[in-house]
Amino acid sequence: MDPNTENPNITPRKYVISRKLDSMFFGIYHAYQFVLRFFKEVFVPPYEFKEIIHQCYEVGYKSLPLISLTGFITGVVFTNQSRPSLANFGATSWLPSLISIAIIRALAPLVTALIAAGKVGSNMGAELGSMKVTEQIDAMEVSATNPFKYLVVSRILATTFMIPILVMYTACVALLGAFLSVHSNEQTSFSMFFSQVFDTISFLDIFSTTFKSTVFGFTIGVVGCYHGYNSSKGTEGVGRAANSAVVAAMFLIFVEEIIIVQIVNAFR
Amino acid sequence: MVKQQKAIDRNNAVISIKGLKKAFGDLEVLRGVDLEVYQGENLVVLGRSGTGKSVLIKVISGLLLPDAGDVDVLGQSVEHLNTKELMALRLKVGFSFQNSALYDSMTVRQNLEFPLVRNSRSLRRKEINYEVENVLDAVGLSQTIEQMPSELSGGQRKRIGIARTLILRPEIMLYDEPTAGLDPITCIEINNLINEVQEKYKTTSIIITHDLTCAKETGDRIAMLLDGQFAIQGTFDEVFESKDERVQSFYNYNFTQ
Repeated sequence: MDPNTENPNITPRKYVISRKLDSMFFGIYHAYQFVLRFFKEVFVPPYEFKEIIHQCYEVGYKSLPLISLTGFITGVVFTNQSRPSLANFGATSWLPSLISIAIIRALAPLVTALIAAGKVGSNMGAELGSMKVTEQIDAMEVSATNPFKYLVVSRILATTFMIPILVMYTACVALLGAFLSVHSNEQTSFSMFFSQVFDTISFLDIFSTTFKSTVFGFTIGVVGCYHGYNSSKGTEGVGRAANSAVVAAMFLIFVEEIIIVQIVNAFR
Repeated sequence: MVKQQKAIDRNNAVISIKGLKKAFGDLEVLRGVDLEVYQGENLVVLGRSGTGKSVLIKVISGLLLPDAGDVDVLGQSVEHLNTKELMALRLKVGFSFQNSALYDSMTVRQNLEFPLVRNSRSLRRKEINYEVENVLDAVGLSQTIEQMPSELSGGQRKRIGIARTLILRPEIMLYDEPTAGLDPITCIEINNLINEVQEKYKTTSIIITHDLTCAKETGDRIAMLLDGQFAIQGTFDEVFESKDERVQSFYNYNFTQ
């Protein structure tokens, strides 16, 4: 264990409020210290460029098949589900506008972040957890390598950089799926569909989506690494770390979504 | 085979521990440990499981902080070092883990290169390859260079773990249960390797074990950790000539098993 940090698995022996509440506040304090340590170490050389690029490849490129399929299905299903309601009012010509707003503002960031939390977050939790319980992190430390910088900082940076890119990619694939669905029913041309899409979305939409997905990426990286890096109790702890990484990341993503939407709406 | 006794300079302690205490929650593991390890000796720390043997070497390497007491390694007080100083000290203190702790996503070559590349960034590929092949040759496993850790036997993993530590040319070697979980023949090979390392690299070593054969074959001096303190220290014969019941029962149990 790193001598600069306290062990989060050892809660105080005498409880201030109750065992559960004390350990909850202790956990929040320790997570705060973890994030603070990330910001302390991220700007200090040596920089782990090679490892960051490797992690970007793992997070970004390896998620592409899953993200592509999910994005495409989201676009098709959302369009198919929305058409009957609009058809009742004879407003199917508004489909591209409706779809673009829904996909760019909400669906693409949320779907991508949730998929990444499941795939990347659990992977980070399990990988770092298993390294922790098999003493591989200690082995790095005794060979004069800073494991936090090598393992944690590089992973958090990778998710923070790659999730916004994946969100943009998901939005494109989802819009393509939506176009195919619209085209097959309404005979709308490609240029007409996309000119209506781009007319509807504003700079604020693109900015808020990019900002939101950057926050989601950071959250997925921090939560995955935090649970993995602090896992204990052998193989059971590894499973728990992977599970907690996904559950906590998904919960935080929804909370952040609500907060960011409220802030962005205030600027509209 | 009992190890040949060699002359140890008792004025040159490379590790000096005074009044070391360490607890985990309510469990007090080390209760005022005093120890000196001299330049060039192999010190074996014997004791039952859970007596704090591994905790002791983790404190020496700075992986754990002591609750009380002084731990001086190569003239530096471990608990007072900043991160940079601790990193510099760790280059001189090698640690061989009980379960080898090889990076399982890397090949043997990458495992060995890892500490070298990260601590000597100016090294050329040719020099790195030379160092890797050199330490692999020293542990007798040149043929495994492109294998993954999962493809190695327990004994081979231990040897690669030792090689990864040796690549930084440490002055002190800490071995955590080097023969645990190995068959008797492999145990003998590991014991011989520990002695060869000491002769070739002129290291000072602490060997944590509960295996008396390992202690007999590798130790210049034995220290027996009982109830969180060193109950007795001396050569193998001196320790087990002791009338202390706990020492005798440890000896009898090991050899009757």
